Amino acid sequence: MQKKLLTALVSTAALAAVTGALAQSARLSDNVVRVGVLTDLSGVYSELSGPGSVRAAQLAAQDFMAANPSFRNKVQVVGVDHQNKADVASNKAAEMIDRQKVDVLMDLPTSSAALAASEVAKNKKIPVMVVTGGTTALTNEKCNKYTFHYAYDNYMLANGTGTAVTKRGGNSWYIIYPNYAFGQDLNRQMTAAIRENGGRVVTNSDATPFPNTDFSSYLLKAQSLKPKVFGTMQAGADLVNVVKQYNEFGLRQQGIGLGIGLLFETDVAALGQDAFAGALATVPWYWNLDQRSRDWAAKFERSFGKKPTWAQAGVYSATMTYLQAVARAKSDDGDAVVKALEGHRFSDFFARSAYIRPQDHRVILDVYTVQVKPRSQAREAGDIFTKVATIPAARAFQPLSESKCKF
Amino acid sequence: MNTQLLLIQVFNGLVNGAFYALLSLGLAVIFGMLRIVNFMHGALYMLGAFTAFALGQAFGLGFWPSLIIAPLVVALIGMALERGLLSRLYGLEPSYNLLLTFGLTLLTQDLVKQVMLSQYAVSSAPYTPPPALSGVVNLGFVVFPKYRLFVIGLSLLICLVTWFVIEKTRVGAIIRASTENPMVTRAFGIDVSKWVTGVFGVGVGLAGLAGVLAAPIYSVEPYMGAELIITTFAVVVIGGMGSILGSVVTGFAVGVLAAIGAALYPPIANTLVFILMALVLLVRPSGLFGLPEGAR
Repeated sequence: MQKKLLTALVSTAALAAVTGALAQSARLSDNVVRVGVLTDLSGVYSELSGPGSVRAAQLAAQDFMAANPSFRNKVQVVGVDHQNKADVASNKAAEMIDRQKVDVLMDLPTSSAALAASEVAKNKKIPVMVVTGGTTALTNEKCNKYTFHYAYDNYMLANGTGTAVTKRGGNSWYIIYPNYAFGQDLNRQMTAAIRENGGRVVTNSDATPFPNTDFSSYLLKAQSLKPKVFGTMQAGADLVNVVKQYNEFGLRQQGIGLGIGLLFETDVAALGQDAFAGALATVPWYWNLDQRSRDWAAKFERSFGKKPTWAQAGVYSATMTYLQAVARAKSDDGDAVVKALEGHRFSDFFARSAYIRPQDHRVILDVYTVQVKPRSQAREAGDIFTKVATIPAARAFQPLSESKCKF
Repeated sequence: MNTQLLLIQVFNGLVNGAFYALLSLGLAVIFGMLRIVNFMHGALYMLGAFTAFALGQAFGLGFWPSLIIAPLVVALIGMALERGLLSRLYGLEPSYNLLLTFGLTLLTQDLVKQVMLSQYAVSSAPYTPPPALSGVVNLGFVVFPKYRLFVIGLSLLICLVTWFVIEKTRVGAIIRASTENPMVTRAFGIDVSKWVTGVFGVGVGLAGLAGVLAAPIYSVEPYMGAELIITTFAVVVIGGMGSILGSVVTGFAVGVLAAIGAALYPPIANTLVFILMALVLLVRPSGLFGLPEGAR
């Protein structure tokens, strides 16, 4: 008995030593894993991603190093501003990879910037985890072997919100969208989702300049078209202006509901939740979804001073998922990590029932259709969403059969 | 597009036109008299909106008192800058003042951004119209927000008052004369430089007023003037640099043009004004209402 125990002990110790040695021998380029957060640090999307995304990645790096002692002091995070411009994103991505030696690019709000950075990373064989950029082109015609699409995409938004609003009787829409990759794609997806559910789009959707402040022309057009839903595919500061003016023109009182393509917690905070009350949206996560989410959100708030948006939570989750893949691959080499990520199944506070599809690199996860509560129903600060439905991962995203992706 | 829709958009365009008119009016007065291309105008417009917001936060002041106080604050800041900085560059090439005011723009924007983030923890803030002006009114052909009607009305009034002062009073005669030809005006024994600071104050005060008026429509944020100022410069160029009547008429006209453009073909809405500017520069380089250089 004693001997058996001893053997067990010895072999466990040996095993531990071997694993430890293996972890230590993880082949890291210049002995460090560098996570590059390429995001909007000062513009319209800086509040919903920006510095908060950089902090989220830092928290993920800390937590990862605490859980994996062999990586102690071996993960670094750098945050870089791409100003929401495709050309800047392209240059910065190249600079980060070549000079700062980052091993992965993270976040990437603004679809056009995400597409540009993804192209650069592909040529340099560096993985990209797009979290805040929404275009479905990333996992379709513009997909590549190194790009992963985390958190959400326009198909998921349209499929969730377009379906829910149309089925609840909002079956005639007038849509406006910001005239760049994200808006054009979301308009297409939303129109398809509305039609699929028996609704119709009453006139050609209007492409508005981006960024834009005055939306009165379109609100007046809605007033005379009298659709049941005024659909806005704007995001961030532009969305805030649309909704502010939607209320100003009194469209709700005229029986024209509000359909929102992409909604972040910061947008609601900017205007007060009553301006959005009743509107439906689809999100991959929100801070008071359940206790696990609350615990993480509390930790983030202690560090950053503000509650996380779902994009920032997504950056934490994506960074952690990437780092764990590095640990599994025992290398930060692009090809090795991509192999470790493909087909991976996992679940964390953010991504539930998550699966990384190897065919198109879409990370699928459970998502939620939510409704904005009026302020009178909020139970605490930041309590803005009521869950209307959970859409299981398998049904939330574009089916593989429809994907145009070929690596 | 049917006539009613067209009429609605023309009407709606007057709101944005009102902002262009107020801003370009200030620019025209300043350029006319001081030969300064005040690139800071957009930042001072933003400062007007921000002052109204800050007055509300700090002293609980509502829209009406802010409508008076904020433009005065902006005018005072403008006058201090004119005395302290701009006046030192009067003898030099105009580009020096352009660079100075551009630099001041960047400084103002970032300063306001820092204050907003550190004091109020927001990067853009909502501002509500006064209760008497919130809600909509049915005008028969369109249901329109009351506040926007007020904006059109007030800015028309301000433009009329400015026109009256400039055309019908002695002060106006001096400003007009200094605008048309400062050298000859001096020759008549009028000390043009004595009027400079005051005129600059009025010009930027108008920008501050436009800012307060804009606060309830657009979010108050540090860069709200950045886009607007470019269009406003186009308005000034189309109207004729330094022409007061030209800036007001062109301001409203460009607002209407952009609204019609947005309704007909949205992608062109923001470009129309620059197309117009290019055409005007080709056909009438001194602007629609400007005098040719040789006639000055």
